Amino acid sequence: MSAVASNGRGVTSAPWFTSIVTVVLLVAMLGIGGAVYPGFLSLQVIFNLLIDNAFLLVIAVGMGFVILSGGIDLSVGSVLALSTMISAWLLQNAHWPPLAVIALVLLLGACFGGVMGAIIHLFKLQPFIVTLAGMFLARGLCYLISVESITIDNPMFTAMSQTQVPILGAFLSPGAIIALVVLLVAIWVAHFTAFGRAVYAVGGNEQSAAMMGLNVGRTKVLVYALSGFCASLAGVLFSFYMLSGYGLHGQGTELDAIAAVVIGGTLLTGGYGYIAGALSGVLVLGAIQTLIAFDGTLSSWWTRIVIGALLFIFCVVQRVMGGRSKQ
Amino acid sequence: MIDSKQPVLEVTGIHKAFPGVKALSEAGLRLFPGEVHTLMGQNGAGKSTLIKVLTGVYQPDAGSIVLNGQAIQPRSTQDAQNLGISTVYQEVNLCPNLSVAENIFIGRYPRRFGMVDWRSMRTQAAALLERLEIHVDVSKPLADYPLAIQQMVAIARALNTDSRVLILDEPTSSLDEAEVQMLFSVLRRLREEGMAILFVTHFLDQTYAISDRITVMRNGEREGEYACADLSRLALVNKMIGAPADAEHATDAAAQGEAPEHGDVFLRARGIARKGVLSPVDLEIRRGELLGLAGLLGSGRTETARLLFGADKVDSGSFDIDGREVSFSNPRDAIAQGIGFCSEDRKHEGAILALSVRENLILALQARQGIFRAIPFKRQQQLATDYVKWLGIKTASIETPIGTLSGGNQQKVLLARWLATDPRLMILDEPTRGIDVRAKQEIMDYVSNLCRKGMSILFISSELPEVLRVSDRMVVMRDRKACGEYRRGDLDETSVLHVIAGETA
Amino acid sequence: MSAHTSGTTVKPAAQAAASRTAWLLHPLVRPIGALVALLLVDAFLVPGFFHLEVKEGHLYGAIIDILNRAAPLMLAALGMTLVIATRGIDISVGAVVALSGTVSAMLIGGSTPSTPMAVALAAALGVALLCGLWNGVLVAGIKLQPIVATLILMVAGRGLAQLLTDGQIVTVYYQPFFFLGSGYLAGLPFSLFVVAAVFAATLLLVKKTALGLFIQAVGINPVAARLAGLRTATLITFVYVFCSACAGVAGMLITSNIKSADANNAGLLLELDAILAVTLGGTSLAGGKFSLVGSMIGALIIQTLTSTIYSLGVPPEVNMVVKSIVVFVVCISQSSEFKNILRRSA
Repeated sequence: MSAVASNGRGVTSAPWFTSIVTVVLLVAMLGIGGAVYPGFLSLQVIFNLLIDNAFLLVIAVGMGFVILSGGIDLSVGSVLALSTMISAWLLQNAHWPPLAVIALVLLLGACFGGVMGAIIHLFKLQPFIVTLAGMFLARGLCYLISVESITIDNPMFTAMSQTQVPILGAFLSPGAIIALVVLLVAIWVAHFTAFGRAVYAVGGNEQSAAMMGLNVGRTKVLVYALSGFCASLAGVLFSFYMLSGYGLHGQGTELDAIAAVVIGGTLLTGGYGYIAGALSGVLVLGAIQTLIAFDGTLSSWWTRIVIGALLFIFCVVQRVMGGRSKQ
Repeated sequence: MIDSKQPVLEVTGIHKAFPGVKALSEAGLRLFPGEVHTLMGQNGAGKSTLIKVLTGVYQPDAGSIVLNGQAIQPRSTQDAQNLGISTVYQEVNLCPNLSVAENIFIGRYPRRFGMVDWRSMRTQAAALLERLEIHVDVSKPLADYPLAIQQMVAIARALNTDSRVLILDEPTSSLDEAEVQMLFSVLRRLREEGMAILFVTHFLDQTYAISDRITVMRNGEREGEYACADLSRLALVNKMIGAPADAEHATDAAAQGEAPEHGDVFLRARGIARKGVLSPVDLEIRRGELLGLAGLLGSGRTETARLLFGADKVDSGSFDIDGREVSFSNPRDAIAQGIGFCSEDRKHEGAILALSVRENLILALQARQGIFRAIPFKRQQQLATDYVKWLGIKTASIETPIGTLSGGNQQKVLLARWLATDPRLMILDEPTRGIDVRAKQEIMDYVSNLCRKGMSILFISSELPEVLRVSDRMVVMRDRKACGEYRRGDLDETSVLHVIAGETA
Repeated sequence: MSAHTSGTTVKPAAQAAASRTAWLLHPLVRPIGALVALLLVDAFLVPGFFHLEVKEGHLYGAIIDILNRAAPLMLAALGMTLVIATRGIDISVGAVVALSGTVSAMLIGGSTPSTPMAVALAAALGVALLCGLWNGVLVAGIKLQPIVATLILMVAGRGLAQLLTDGQIVTVYYQPFFFLGSGYLAGLPFSLFVVAAVFAATLLLVKKTALGLFIQAVGINPVAARLAGLRTATLITFVYVFCSACAGVAGMLITSNIKSADANNAGLLLELDAILAVTLGGTSLAGGKFSLVGSMIGALIIQTLTSTIYSLGVPPEVNMVVKSIVVFVVCISQSSEFKNILRRSA
């Protein structure tokens, strides 16, 4: 007996509004940083944000898709760790060629996500609990392979780790470039493909989407497979960066990714938001961390608190501006 | 404008049964191109079941659906749509977060080089809406527009699929007068283009404003098919709710005797209204009085009751109890004033299915007493056992989950829930729906008895003989307005139909 | 778990058989059975598992160990049960554990406390209550989704705790404080008495007042509950406050046990274990009827599982894999889709 959400301007402009706020926030933070700390406002500092958080950007892209479809994926951090561990083990102990390792790891990530998506859809379970169990599973498998970290010394990986690509007088890492490419492709997928539009439709009103003939099941499976793929790709980038496989990698990354997506303007209830917001969200998170590091006096734990506070503000704003609450 | 060609949709002999209830029996209808055909019937008549059969939600047990001369068996909503039957539902069923243009084209995007072609989508969408004389910015999200426009978008989507049949399922329930007119002009335009439109509604005025022909359903059967011009309002109302074939009214007007003197006014409502739901209504209930609310489904009776109970908030108007002004912001306030409400939707608004009979029964009483003054278990058992006896509730024990009881018995438990709070005003919304005749009698006798002991009752029912028989006074509602107040004996079964139909004699 | 019979007639012989096996349908049978099965595995595969001995007036043994270690989880599961019963969830439990443990440790400080222990404990509990109130207001007042609302505290809570300790691990030297987590009373670990007390109080609250009934009503049918006159918003706020309070007590136990405040690791993943414990105990994630006893058994199952794996010499990481499989199995078997599939194939 409920009418469709004709909440008027509120809910549809919430992502637009919060995205603008995020960009303003980012500019403000960079500005303040530049004013207070010498050497803060250089292109390299901003590029460093991208280099250090390339893996988070990729995960946030995958998470963005999942959240847009109305779900959530808590397993991404663990899948990241698992892919670093599998890569490290295959490279160091089984001596596989690096490209084969990367291909396998990406495939495994996608399959892992896809299976979770299938379970969620077939048994109509809450995504939160299924991906939570997936998180346990991936982390556990990680430790089963090895409890200690495995260092990677494969030449291709070390090359990726050390290469500096000169751009505009500063440099970027190959990982950061890959992440940016992934972002651009994702924006294209979200806007120009039937799959991308189906994700939005399912997130907007799953029942209506089904009635209009969209294959909701396939969309859901694909969206979680995409998230798993992004998580394992992030794992690959992370292993370029850290040159090791370790079970403790990516601890808490899923929360960071969710925070980045929300701060980037996407509603946690689904259907509203922009994939591009992943970039602004990640940059804001990175900027907070950098600011705190530059300050030197603030404990790094302030990062957690500030992120939590931002999350709170954005969620409440989204809710107050008319976000529907799903049952 | 009736086309004397072949019907574009011919439905005959549909049977559909669910466990324990026969929903449709020999149901059917005929739809011609270039007409607006209204399907009418009260609750339980089978309207929505027939629509669900046509749109592939249900598969009929027997019968045939012939579309454009070919027999079809839609197995899903998508199936029905592909076959050419498009439906616009009351809740519109679109995606509010997507743009207008996108909603029209979901699943069938225009493509260019494999990519979604937004520009073409926008142009085509605008053109489709132009056909309906609707001018909106198609790139804005659907949620930015009111429900009336969203319905137009749903209709445009249907047009985009080259449907021959357009079904509109209660589209006007949430529209205001201007929006209804806009919808009707669109429907007239589509009719001229040869579209066959099936319009489902319970608003009498609208039926007569737009229909070419009317099919009336009753008790799961097709009662008849009529040209609108040939059917007076009175005749229509009579066909929908007039004296049933198996009339079993023991008119104990004698037993009622003279209308007893009632006490002071307990509750007085002045001009209470709620936007989009109820026009201003005045109401007065005295102590020990049984006030009946009669009218067709959707006439605003339940809405009025919900406002009186604080289940919904009034947008305008006021009411007072015992002469003191009160306002209710939630049911607790009303309950504190001694009002009880037995909802018509017992499954979703009444019964807490997994809890036992006893727990359901004492719930409202316990809620009023609060958390810490728990009703002793023995007292709970006593209460439950007593009411089971007094109301004749058939249950294995008072500990069985209420979900296992039959509908009628569940209703009795819910009735007992409110009776246990010893209310001063009891609002009963369709308390005897789905209950067998004897149980009905038992409940109504019990209720009348309570009245005599001083309880006020607001009684809502679609069964006119019942309402006429028990009410001391009666308010008739039509199309969300109160349209008359009558004392016992003012109306009989024929004249009340006149009032409901809005015709004089 | 309700028994929904469909009113079919049952023949007399079948009826007699049904009444004999009716006890099998009791919702606690599965959790108890699982625990018993685990203990049997231990009995066969772990030598001396059930061995108990008394040393210095204290009872020692693997069983006691399990009970002691399970204490914080049992408390968290207790609080989580009521939240889940109202169709909610609270993933901030671990953060609250860290916060309250940290507050108590910091206030008690070194070998001579800077504040009386009673005050320190009260303050820690107070912090936990505030956290719960925060969650409750977000869920019942602002009507955020429970997972979203509690996510905020989950992210920020540990940060707050870290802030208080300045990133250090604060060691406590005050002997009486250790009594909470490692002390013994009448031969048994004191933590068990704490758990027993909280459990008894909760049971009393739920059964002797109308609270249990109201929570179930809100979880099963919030619309009908409101129309019946229940204060749904207050009830929902209360369960979140209660859940955080239980987490607070658990935090004090853990801090006392490890004799320090570890804001980073204390209670890590506790919320997940608590949710698992509640689900294992028979309470459905969809809300409604709940079982406090079941949740306690669920917590014991989890702890027994961990201890069994450890005793068998299996690497502890297997624990995580096993837990995840258990979650999958339990959730899938609880889902109505699964029951439909079973019914259709029967």
